[in-house]
Amino acid sequence: MNNHTHLHIHPIERLWIIISFSMIGVFAVAVLTAGFAYGFQLPVPEDRIVDPNLVATPGATAFGEPGLRELSPGNMEARVLAQAWSFTPKEITIPVGTKVTFYVTTKDVQHGFHLEGSNINFMVLPGQISKLSTTFTTPGTYNFYCHEYCGVGHQTMYGQVIVTEK
Amino acid sequence: MYAHENRLTAWHIGIAFVALMVGMLLGPLQTWEHAGLNLYPALRSIGIQSYYQGLTIHGILNALVFTTFFITGFLTFATTHSLKRASKYPWVHTLALVVMFAGLLITAVPLLLNGATVLYTFYPPLKADPAFYIGLTLVVVGSWITGYGLLFTWSAWKKENPGVQTPLIAFASLITMVMWQICTVGVAVEMLALNIPWSLGLIAGTDPQLARTLFWFTGHPLVYFWLLPAYISWYGMLPKQAGGKLFSEPLARLSFWLFLILSTPLGLHHQYVDPGIPAGWKALHAVLTYSVFFPSMLTLFNVVASLEIAGRARGGKGTFGWIRALPWSEPSFTAQALAGILFAFGGISGIANASYDLNLVLHNTAWQPGHFHLTVGTGVAFSFMGIGYWLIPKLSGKELWSKKFGIYQAWTWFVGMILMSNGLHILGLRYSVPRRSALGVAPYASAEWTPFLIESALGGTILLISVVLLYVNYGMTVFAGKKLTREIEMPVAENAEGMPSPRWLDTWRPWLLGAVALVLVAYGPVIYILLTRLNLTSPGFRVW
Ligand code: HEM
Ligand SMILES: [Cu+2]
Ligand SMILES: [Cu+2]
Repeated sequence: MNNHTHLHIHPIERLWIIISFSMIGVFAVAVLTAGFAYGFQLPVPEDRIVDPNLVATPGATAFGEPGLRELSPGNMEARVLAQAWSFTPKEITIPVGTKVTFYVTTKDVQHGFHLEGSNINFMVLPGQISKLSTTFTTPGTYNFYCHEYCGVGHQTMYGQVIVTEK
Repeated sequence: MYAHENRLTAWHIGIAFVALMVGMLLGPLQTWEHAGLNLYPALRSIGIQSYYQGLTIHGILNALVFTTFFITGFLTFATTHSLKRASKYPWVHTLALVVMFAGLLITAVPLLLNGATVLYTFYPPLKADPAFYIGLTLVVVGSWITGYGLLFTWSAWKKENPGVQTPLIAFASLITMVMWQICTVGVAVEMLALNIPWSLGLIAGTDPQLARTLFWFTGHPLVYFWLLPAYISWYGMLPKQAGGKLFSEPLARLSFWLFLILSTPLGLHHQYVDPGIPAGWKALHAVLTYSVFFPSMLTLFNVVASLEIAGRARGGKGTFGWIRALPWSEPSFTAQALAGILFAFGGISGIANASYDLNLVLHNTAWQPGHFHLTVGTGVAFSFMGIGYWLIPKLSGKELWSKKFGIYQAWTWFVGMILMSNGLHILGLRYSVPRRSALGVAPYASAEWTPFLIESALGGTILLISVVLLYVNYGMTVFAGKKLTREIEMPVAENAEGMPSPRWLDTWRPWLLGAVALVLVAYGPVIYILLTRLNLTSPGFRVW
């Protein structure tokens, strides 16, 4: 019968355990600090859910007339509608230094949205609105890709943000 | 004594390796397509209509069919041989195999007829033929039945051996099966409540956000269901194969308990960038994901220390001399040792994925297939190939056809995988190249990507050589091998400490309660939030 309760740990292994724990701890603190104190944004639930069958109907939601809108000087919002296999609008032109908030949804299957040169990368799901903001500081052309399989034309689905000089 | 178990395992493993062969042959085609050599038009004549149908077959056969059939077979073998007791109810295992195989056939029909080109994640509202969902569900149900069979056998063994500690291999196999029972609840609910009725037209719409969450409830622990059998071999068998002992059996047991507790409540790390889930819950799952890194760190130390015992027992001297002394001429050892090395790098790229905000750069980029070909594609699949080098001779009663082929196979896999995964990692990190895309015909493909696409295609080509070497060897062994003149036993590593583990490492209740409690805390509120926002409006699309 086995009655002992003591766990024998070799000294070097003990050291390894301490190192492992500390490493995990440092990673967790670093990542969460960046996430919550420095304002790296992840998409979070918008107040309302939508009906993907109606979301693209003009007048029903803002995605009925997708495109760019100025909210205040230097502050814009872009409503992008995803569908197999295109984004509307396909091209978005903004002046350098403008803060743009992207709102993206889909009227059919799941899609993805990853904007090069920014921290905007999210899933686009039917019934949900994905939202993140960025500010481009260098003029240029930046692709945004659909990164979730959405059918046989998936590899053709992309668009561009053109950042112009002020 | 184990005639039934051995025959049954032979079926499981045979089906597994045939599925893997078909699945893997599509892999190099994907890397070639990316690099501009598109062979898919030629595949139409054999019924593969698109890159994506091929990719669906690759993912389903490799990651779902191969793994599940191999694991159920291997754990049945390992548990009975470790307990030195035949199964209590052999018919339960036969039933399990029949259910799994029926499920496989039912899934295969739409998969091969292009009726289920939805990739192995089958995210709704991509809508496959109902047979696809029903067949996959049966495969999972069959794997549950295998687990029940093992639990019956174990409880019979307990009655016959009162007070004896369950041997490590059986103990870890049972934990793996129990973990699988807990975590498959998610995909079972997704299938039974959403996918199946919806694909049959019984409900008009589905909720993609809820379906994804249920999928990943199972989808992350799924990777531990793949990995733990490889760990069982690394802890329980490999040290013996190398001529050594297991450095610390108690800590091996502890890490399996930690996997039982921590495998499930962290699936949201696949959904950091989903719109419908609050950030706080994502952050909680991020911390839990980091914590499951810990038992893998324990494993790394313990397995390396065990191999050092082996290397020194073989006469290896000095700080690194013991490594050279290991049995590098044995394919089973070499494959598993190289698998372990690449797996460690997969672990590192996984830490980046797990990192809540770093993931913004990496999510759904080519980095992901770069990562998981080191983990499931190598740490797991390559280890299983290595296990095959002793288990297939054992089950077929034939001598391994060629050790040399085995060694070449192992090293070509190692080199090919380094090239492919390095290329994919760089493409994802540096250029945001999307995954799951027929990049060769993508209008946005950039000339900057070319060197890395070629590197990955070169890796894919070397991997193809490895696949050929593997199957020639297995095939020649089974169909043309010399009759074994000796008995092959399952390798069982002795405990270097020479005394049993503390009792609290042999008690199920607290760990099991902990596991269930943590799942409820980490997922209960999330599911509640999703139900308050339930949105059953997606009708289903066939866009392939
Ligand atoms: C001959 C060796 C292999 C090669 C050359 C290969 C190649 C690839 C490539 C290039 C992709 C990415 C396709 C894309 O994102 O468009 C991929 C995806 C994948 N591979 Fe492999 N692979 C091999 C073996 C394996 C093995 C052994 C496994 C697992 C046991 C595996 C599991 C997967 C999975 C799950 C995916 C993801 C499919 C998806 O995104 O839906 N592969 N493979
Ligand atoms: Cu797409
Ligand atoms: Cu995961």
